[in-house]
Amino acid sequence: MLLLECPCCGVTAEETEFHGGGEAHVKRAGPSSEDAAFETYLFHRENPKGVHFERWRHVTGCGKWFMAARDTATLEVFGTYSAQTLAPPEDLLKQIRDKRPGFKWRDVQ
Amino acid sequence: MARVCETEGRWSAAESLAQNRVPDCTARLENTAAPTPVPPDFSVLSEMPMKRYSAFAIAREAARHHTGWERAWRSPKPKDRYDVVIVGAGGHGLATAYYLGKNFGITNVAIIEKGWLGGGNTGRNTTIIRSNYLQDDSAAIYEKARSLYEGLSQDLNYNIMFSPRGVIMLAQTEHEVRGYKRTAHANAHQGVTTEYITPERVKELVPIINLHGPRYPVLGGLYQARGGTARHDAVAWGYARACSGMGMDIIQQCEVTGVETGADGNVSGVQTTKGRIGCGKLGIVVAGHSGVLAQMAGFRLPIESVALQALVSEPIKPCMDVVVMANTVHGYMSQSDKGEMVIGGGADGYNNYTQRGSFHHVEETVRSLVETFPMVSRLKMLRQWGGIVDMTGDRSPIISRTPLGNCFINCGWGTGGFKAIPGSGWAMADMMAKGTPGPLAKGFGLDRFREGRFIDESVAAGVAH
Repeated sequence: MLLLECPCCGVTAEETEFHGGGEAHVKRAGPSSEDAAFETYLFHRENPKGVHFERWRHVTGCGKWFMAARDTATLEVFGTYSAQTLAPPEDLLKQIRDKRPGFKWRDVQ
Repeated sequence: MARVCETEGRWSAAESLAQNRVPDCTARLENTAAPTPVPPDFSVLSEMPMKRYSAFAIAREAARHHTGWERAWRSPKPKDRYDVVIVGAGGHGLATAYYLGKNFGITNVAIIEKGWLGGGNTGRNTTIIRSNYLQDDSAAIYEKARSLYEGLSQDLNYNIMFSPRGVIMLAQTEHEVRGYKRTAHANAHQGVTTEYITPERVKELVPIINLHGPRYPVLGGLYQARGGTARHDAVAWGYARACSGMGMDIIQQCEVTGVETGADGNVSGVQTTKGRIGCGKLGIVVAGHSGVLAQMAGFRLPIESVALQALVSEPIKPCMDVVVMANTVHGYMSQSDKGEMVIGGGADGYNNYTQRGSFHHVEETVRSLVETFPMVSRLKMLRQWGGIVDMTGDRSPIISRTPLGNCFINCGWGTGGFKAIPGSGWAMADMMAKGTPGPLAKGFGLDRFREGRFIDESVAAGVAH
């Protein structure tokens, strides 16, 4: 059972209060994009055994979306942050680098 | 008796497997195996002609205190190079190797496994076998698998305890009624024998069911009389023994750490924890860890890995000789030959590789089952475990060539891999031997995502997750 802290309302709760929303920071490829880009946007997903960045929604709480950094092998939650960002915040990345030296997720490292 | 080895100590069975020794119970199970009337062709056996299991062998060994049983498969050191290397010694990987040897005579094959043989999803599923899918491509491969399961004990000379006890998928909403009627019609066209049955017939087949549940009454069901269950570990052990008998090398506790490509873009070998192993062709059949292997090989997959869990109750007297799936309330249950109620639970809602599962899914699953089968409310649950399932966007598998030359992948079976093992191995072996996908595999290529040519079973099959 994961414990997550919602960065919007500040509540820390069990995972049953939230709903996973899949990979974070996916950039939309629109109707005018190449087939390959559209395929990547719709179907290709990061599936790391280790550090992962993903979206969550506080469904039975404030209802807001946010992002989380988590280890998919140990279920350790490194931290949560605002959904209104294009990349994970630097202070969180530093903390992850200390715990998981050499991690790589897309071009984040 | 279905899970004798598991009760006698799941981990001791696992450890003895890692040391290449089948627990004693396998020998005992053999007395129910029907001996094949025609002796198999042993001309393909290159190194170790294995002794056949038979009623005669039981009698012979009984007369000499069971000292003559040999190891079911060899545990060799890896050679420098093989014609074909299969990564993953689960059901699908072993079946691929078996049909490469049996159907195409390719026996210079290594199957490498990072843990122990059959210790991933093959040893963690709920052993259900059915082929009542909606789409033609799915029905074809699952029906091929089901029909191969029927003769597999004889084919492998190993009792896999296939039990065609029937599978019912309950319709508990009007939408499910429509959906299952549609599937029954589709199955009739596909040559898969299923029928839509009334609640009265459901009650007749499953007396312990409560037709008038508090939330969702049973309105009918999709019944496949020739579906059923099999002994999951025995499927892996049987294939492994047959592969080893053909001279193939099964190398356990050997993790792949890198995939090598030559200048021509073809795969030339793999780096492993037991050194480099060269190969002519590479087959990746690693289920939950497909993403990890694909990353090593340098391509991406439309797959996410999540833990799916299951649990079993204490053993009780026989009370249900059908597999029942209740997809709306989300629970499915069958009774093993040993008497445990085998219960499938939900998948986690986020990527993970933990092989554990979560308590709230257990609660949710058991709550649904108590509605449908009130008598289980007083059962104690014995064990709970998880497996890592590889989920694709359309919930159908991938049997495909890859961007690398001579490298093939078989993955994405998600929550329904066990039932497909023989068909999947058959199709994968065909593709690896010929270099192009055959009729069974054709629809399951990676290119279907770009082309929008989905085999959309996520809604069509009415599978709960």
